[in-house]
Amino acid sequence: MINASLRELSQALAAKKISSVELSTLFLDRIERLNPTLNAFVTVDREKSLKMAVAADARIAAGTAGPLTGVPIAQKDIFCADGWRTTCGSKMLANFISPYDATVIRKMHAEAGLVSLGKTNMDEFAMGSSNETSFFGPVRNPWDTERVPGGSSGGSAAAVAARLAPAATGTDTGGSIRQPAALCNLTGLKPTYGVVSRYGMIAFASSLDQGGPMAASAEDCALLLNTMVGFDERDSTSLERPVEDYTRDLEKPLNGLRIGLPKEFFGEGCDADVMAAVRAAIAEYEKLGATCVEVSLPNSHLSVPAYYVIAPAEASSNLSRFDGVRYGYRAPDYGNLDDMYMKSRAQGFGAEVKRRILIGAYVLSHGYYDAYYLQAQRIRRLIANDFVEAFKQCDVIMGPTSPSTAFKLGEKAADPVQMYLSDIYTIAVNLAGLPGMSIPCGFVGGLPVGLQLIGNYFAEGQLLNVAHRYQQATDWHQRRAAIE
Amino acid sequence: MSLTLEQVKRIAHLARIETSDAEALTTQGHLNGIFQLIEQMQAVDTSGVEPMAHAQDVSQRLREDAVTESDRRAAYQAVAPEVEVGLYLVPKVIE
Repeated sequence: MINASLRELSQALAAKKISSVELSTLFLDRIERLNPTLNAFVTVDREKSLKMAVAADARIAAGTAGPLTGVPIAQKDIFCADGWRTTCGSKMLANFISPYDATVIRKMHAEAGLVSLGKTNMDEFAMGSSNETSFFGPVRNPWDTERVPGGSSGGSAAAVAARLAPAATGTDTGGSIRQPAALCNLTGLKPTYGVVSRYGMIAFASSLDQGGPMAASAEDCALLLNTMVGFDERDSTSLERPVEDYTRDLEKPLNGLRIGLPKEFFGEGCDADVMAAVRAAIAEYEKLGATCVEVSLPNSHLSVPAYYVIAPAEASSNLSRFDGVRYGYRAPDYGNLDDMYMKSRAQGFGAEVKRRILIGAYVLSHGYYDAYYLQAQRIRRLIANDFVEAFKQCDVIMGPTSPSTAFKLGEKAADPVQMYLSDIYTIAVNLAGLPGMSIPCGFVGGLPVGLQLIGNYFAEGQLLNVAHRYQQATDWHQRRAAIE
Repeated sequence: MSLTLEQVKRIAHLARIETSDAEALTTQGHLNGIFQLIEQMQAVDTSGVEPMAHAQDVSQRLREDAVTESDRRAAYQAVAPEVEVGLYLVPKVIE
């Protein structure tokens, strides 16, 4: 049961081979046993989870269950969940009990009947690529506990990779679903911007943030994505479009699929062994009937610089809400109001979050706005236009997700720039607002390698199809970390 | 371009983050490393390129000017550091 797919779990629950309470208990016990090693969860509440499982079992018995009713999952601690502590990996929110549900949580709980096993660790306010910026300490990679799981959705990735949960939610602002998926041998999908509601998802960079599924396979991601999407009037950037069934096209043959290979993704800067695994995956796609064409994303080298202006600018604005007045941390000792703000924010935020707030405040300040913020937004358009041109020649773009396999804890923590460059292949996708995936495609020295798939706007169904067919032909995604 | 220590302290103040001299010095080093990366943008001629604020070119929706939320003041104030009779308490601002 621990390694079962979401479809298998759904079938077992429907056939009453196992109850949701039994299934949830199985995973909760596993969390209790393995979480002290991995630190993947920051909050587990057995009583709350089992209450949801009891309700799910009642729905199954009454015949009102949906496809995933009773299936337990893990929630990234960036999603507000009513009555649950919601920390966003920060001291600022270490004692914050959310008084409301994020739309994604509401849909998963009230509509789909999923059972939340707990809240997963993450980089503070989703700012990081290694899960080392969390106030609650780093998460360890189940494939090698001396290494990072990636970030910022590192807790979700480690939880699913160690089978502490069958699947999890993540969020992706610059690669935070895809990079940890790659480093932990998972399948992760960042949808088109606007497809998944951001209401109740604690904001980092509002024009880039997008929630999505992290699971063991493309099929699991499709099933989970079905429960997450949909127009939400509470999110002003939510898109009004017809609801899709993302499992619909999973089995479609790949004959005639045109794969675009950006020459910028296949040059220097990527570990040679990682690149070999990526190339082998592309060769497998050719066997499945796809053809390859070289494309170019000439401005992709500017994506990291532009991102580190735009994302901090938006973050500095979003995080101004944490002032110690309405919610969150307030310093114990202070003088006047200004002093209360200054001390609460100095003590409540960690070093990386402060750095990004300062970058943001600077690039938005008088005299620098045009040179940095507007220039970054102009480059953002150039990057988005590059994709428009590339998709004239291909259906899907492929390349590495991350330039290396999981690095050691502490290896990049002292140098922000080195850390930022680990998202070199993922960030352009967020700037353009496109959907992207990472799927397992091999191992280097026992560590997983991810293949990145980038689709055109709203091509989630096609990406899942392309990922699923590969997973029918290969077994990389079925390999499990040996952690017990 | 590189930020002076004074500039670092000034933006820390603008962002309302108390920063000691020692912290400001470390931060200065980090920020200058990051801005070195960011400077790559300056070599690009973007004249005539419309800034892109957003991934989707859609305009903000409008809704009816009607009350849609229920009163949850008590629940929302329950998470505040300090409240009294429905008000958020902060240090005295006006003498």
